[in-house]
Amino acid sequence: MSDYLVQFNNISKFFGKVIALKDVTMKLRKGEIMCLLGDNGAGKSTLIKTLAGVHKPDEGEIIIEGKKTIFDSPKDALDMGIATVYQDLALVSLMSVTRNFFMGREPLKGPPFFKTFDVEKANKIAAERMGQIGIDVRDPSQAVGTMSGGERQCLAISRAIYFGAKVLVLDEPTSALGVHQASVVLKYIVKAASQGLAVILITHNVHHAYPVGNSFTVLNRGKSLGTYEKKNITREKLLSMMAGGEELDKLEVELKEMNRLSTN
Amino acid sequence: MSIKSKSITSKTDFNQDERLQKVSKLKILLNRPELGALGGAILVFIFFGIVAGDTGMFSAYGILNFLDVSANLGIIAIAAAMLMIGGEFDLSIGSMIGFAGICIAIPAIYWGWPLWMSIIFAFSMAVLVGYFNGILVVKTGLPSFIVTLAMLFILRGATLALTRLITGRTQVPGLRVLIENDPIAWIFATDTFKWVFTWLGSMNLIALRTDGTPLATGIPPSVIWFIVLAIITTWILMKTRYGNWIFASGGDKNGANNVGVPVGRVKISLFIGTAVAATIFATIQVLDAGSADTMRGTLKELEAIAAAVVGGCLLTGGYGSAIGAAFGAIIFGTVSMGIFYTDVDTDWFKVFLGAMMLVAVIFNNYIRRKVTESK
Repeated sequence: MSDYLVQFNNISKFFGKVIALKDVTMKLRKGEIMCLLGDNGAGKSTLIKTLAGVHKPDEGEIIIEGKKTIFDSPKDALDMGIATVYQDLALVSLMSVTRNFFMGREPLKGPPFFKTFDVEKANKIAAERMGQIGIDVRDPSQAVGTMSGGERQCLAISRAIYFGAKVLVLDEPTSALGVHQASVVLKYIVKAASQGLAVILITHNVHHAYPVGNSFTVLNRGKSLGTYEKKNITREKLLSMMAGGEELDKLEVELKEMNRLSTN
Repeated sequence: MSIKSKSITSKTDFNQDERLQKVSKLKILLNRPELGALGGAILVFIFFGIVAGDTGMFSAYGILNFLDVSANLGIIAIAAAMLMIGGEFDLSIGSMIGFAGICIAIPAIYWGWPLWMSIIFAFSMAVLVGYFNGILVVKTGLPSFIVTLAMLFILRGATLALTRLITGRTQVPGLRVLIENDPIAWIFATDTFKWVFTWLGSMNLIALRTDGTPLATGIPPSVIWFIVLAIITTWILMKTRYGNWIFASGGDKNGANNVGVPVGRVKISLFIGTAVAATIFATIQVLDAGSADTMRGTLKELEAIAAAVVGGCLLTGGYGSAIGAAFGAIIFGTVSMGIFYTDVDTDWFKVFLGAMMLVAVIFNNYIRRKVTESK
């Protein structure tokens, strides 16, 4: 019996002849943050969508709490506690914090057939939840459009947690943020993990990933270059793996050779 | 849920948060989408109060007259506003009015159906048309502007062609005699609160005819429908889960979908809403006039959208209010009738309508920027 909360074993996904993912394996325990690193085109989006239940893997298995699972739809993944926060965050900027927080899952009150959206309760919960992560929403009926990028990210994450996420899949949560905002979000992610969630943090920014991650998986051209515990790898090594470091080294040697030949 | 309710009670001091005081009641009011339309309506009343105060426009008869016009427009404007908040347009409202009219008149006059059956038939057709519009927009992903523009022509054309085919003409008169003793028609054809007007007449407080009955006989059915619809739709938008889904569907379709809002179903239901509202409009008018005209409702879709925009709806969806659209309709209805009581040529009404809409769009745009701008 493994103590992993969630395991993705040898996941492969093909689109026609294109191999989008090949033999990607990721295992997470409760409270762990795994960072999934990869440059553009490495297959991150495909992997996220596979985790979220949008795509079905062509090979491999997904095991949640020891049970083998197949996601037929994003809703299945959500029901199993895998919540994905996409880059667009699924927030409506013209709607209030509260209405966004409970979008699609509004608390109801009242008799059957005349159930109404319990706005007061929703306001309280939303403000309280945002308060817990240090975001002071003076008025939960203010529009999300008035919040900063970091606050919106935190709102989206906080919403996923409130609605029972066990595994959080975060798609580039810091990519559009400034240094300070990014650190606020990262702090919140660590806090979420310390409360027993497993977090898969997808990013191309090693500097954001390294301080918070427990382990790192590097994706390159659809293949995993391996998973490393933090103690076994340095930031520089990750950076060079991500950028296809060996290839760049080779290129450097070749260029030197060309220079030497042309100067002769 | 029990864990959550516990954590609320542990934070009872939340409402006493002194920072909440910073947002004044006035500012909350200023952020409401219907504010512009409410202000506009008040201005319009003040204007006509000064210009036409002594002309009979504000007699009981005059008031009911412009309220009737406002209410008719309001019924479709409210539905158009709901759909716009949900992120779509319906340009086929006007054609649906004409189509619904003959759906009532032809079966009742030519096929010998009882009136109530024809009315139910018309509403069933409305549900079908709305469903068709909705499913087409949702399944194809085409802009609703184009899809419903096509439906505008199809419905109007079909209305004309079918009516001429069946009756040989473009109008179907003779409905008035069928209204009496019909189990349903009264819902769309009865003046209410007659006793109030009779009483006011007997006290000589309102104008009387030569036979002693009051000139204004009762509240027209359109006004009752208008008020009831405005209340119900506002309640739906502000207080129900479905209301939140409407805002979400219009604000960000993909985002709403990702968190489990059934965007497609919401939109289809709103398209059914506009078609049904058009049919309510048509039923009231057809029973009032006693005849159906194939050209009835022409251009009404644009007036409805204009009223919704004046009422604070954004063309991009996700923002607006039903009560705002109601005020928008009152502005248009009041001006279109009020202009008869002034020296101004009625030709100027359309100029006013256009200018009003332009001002409203600029104002709304400003409001939206204010609502969404970052601190």
